[in-house]
Amino acid sequence: MSAVITATGLSKRYKNSVALDNVSFQIPAGRIVGLIGPNGAGKTTALKAILGLTDFSGQLNVLGLDPRKQRDKLMEQVCFIADVAVLPRWLRVSEAVDFVANVHPRFDRAKCEAFLARTILTPGMRVRQMSKGMIVQLHLALVMAIDARLLILDEPTLGLDILYRKQFYQNLLEDYFDENKTIIVTTHQVEEVEHILTDLMFIRDGKIVLDADMDAIGERFIEVMVNGDRAEAARAMKPLDERQVFGKSIFLFDGVERSTLEAMGEVRRPSVSDLFVATMKGTYA
Amino acid sequence: MKTFYWLVKREFWEHRGGFFWAPLISGSVFLVLNIMALITGEVLGNGSNTHFNIAGGLNLSGHMDADMLSKIGTGLDIAMYVVAGIVLMIMAIIVFFYCLGSLYDDRRDRSILFWKSLPISNRDTVLSKVVSASIVAPVIACVFGTAAGLLLLLIAAFTASLHGLNMWALLMNSHPLLVAINMISLIPLYAIWALPTIGWLMFCSAWARSKPFLWALLAPLAAGVIVSWFGLMGLFNLGSGWFWKNVVSRMLLSLIPGGWIRDAASIDNEPKDPSIILDHIGLAHNYATLASPDLWIGALAGIVLISAAIWLRRWRDDS
Repeated sequence: MSAVITATGLSKRYKNSVALDNVSFQIPAGRIVGLIGPNGAGKTTALKAILGLTDFSGQLNVLGLDPRKQRDKLMEQVCFIADVAVLPRWLRVSEAVDFVANVHPRFDRAKCEAFLARTILTPGMRVRQMSKGMIVQLHLALVMAIDARLLILDEPTLGLDILYRKQFYQNLLEDYFDENKTIIVTTHQVEEVEHILTDLMFIRDGKIVLDADMDAIGERFIEVMVNGDRAEAARAMKPLDERQVFGKSIFLFDGVERSTLEAMGEVRRPSVSDLFVATMKGTYA
Repeated sequence: MKTFYWLVKREFWEHRGGFFWAPLISGSVFLVLNIMALITGEVLGNGSNTHFNIAGGLNLSGHMDADMLSKIGTGLDIAMYVVAGIVLMIMAIIVFFYCLGSLYDDRRDRSILFWKSLPISNRDTVLSKVVSASIVAPVIACVFGTAAGLLLLLIAAFTASLHGLNMWALLMNSHPLLVAINMISLIPLYAIWALPTIGWLMFCSAWARSKPFLWALLAPLAAGVIVSWFGLMGLFNLGSGWFWKNVVSRMLLSLIPGGWIRDAASIDNEPKDPSIILDHIGLAHNYATLASPDLWIGALAGIVLISAAIWLRRWRDDS
């Protein structure tokens, strides 16, 4: 299994801050990777480096190409949805389809029209007349009709209502994703993506603080609900995080033997958002 | 090639209002105004029993010899150029603002991220905008301008025929086809001449983080003022007039149609024969500009600025 993205010593420095600090990672094919981090942690910079939209220092190889030098070629294989507001407001649905069909060698027009037929979009409609959710539907229909190997989603569902958000990820899973494709997604709505992710990457202050697949995370991080009388013993084991619910304490442990914890109380798998909050403690302090 | 065609088409879609409707509407408005003026003239003329005058005060009601007819024909040709010139002037203003926004607007509304998500090189993107500004817009404006001129010609001839003049004789003495061919053939020269302004405006459009209009306008003007000031101090031999004419105005005003004519041999201030003016609008005279180094130095500067705009388009990172 060859890597889709290999980054070694990736750094990016802005005038008065470090967006990426000597980051190295590898993303294999056929994964859905969640790149999660607080605001200003360097997520978007990392994505922009992968897309060749920004300069950086270090080594970066995307699909065997250098995004700085071979960007035009790279973009035949890579798609991205950056934010809801990026489709130009004057564009009509029919114009968007015509344009992409004629400039993109891997675009399947019939597929795109089939996706559009399932929405309420009409060919004559302009982007400026659409709601945010409809704009994302159009963008997604265009992107899903492109047979790309890497799809990058930067806050794709920002500002959408829950119907559009659910539908967005459902479409992506049912009609797009397969073992030859790789998806990288950043979002703050962690709960919505955690069931579709295969890999998780936490980024904080320009550094990757966690990079593991979901199975490994389930083994490594364990949450245990402990009665008040045994809380002191649990605290002694240096939990990542502690919170109180109904007079009981919930502890989050990193790398402690499951059998040990099972003896202390009810054991369960932590949600990504709890894990995230515990890992990022003190970010804004 | 196919990608480039669609890129130009995209520019047309986005600026249909400026490229297509504006010349169509301005041509139509000009025609309507002329028709209204003619009708007014007819009504007033009939009322007070005076003669109706056209083409520089020539009395049309009497008999005319061949020489007179040919002069009227020439006058009608010039009238056609004037109508087309007005439409082209409006196009020039539109293209000025088109260039200023061409590489800035999509950065401001972030739709650049959509365009950059497609496998299109920045070079093609920028060049498609240069072609839209220097060829597509002028061709459309020329077509509507000459069409408006032709209609005006027909209306004028028709009005004259109401006064007992031979409409066909008038039309045969004007050269609408030649005018149309002339206009279209001048577009390549126009494109070369306009390059420094197009390049400068697009460079500002690609470079400015905000308010490209101010930068585009203030930088050359400030440079001109500084040069003038040092010129007053006697530091430059060329004189500040040279700077204003060859740098500032070439950066900002080269979109004005026919701007190169000042570089060709100067027109006689008081031409005795209107056909002399026509000669000056003629192709041979215009293309004599190709021999002037001004044109080529300006074009070269334009190309350098456009290359810089392509580089900025690739690496400008402010989203």
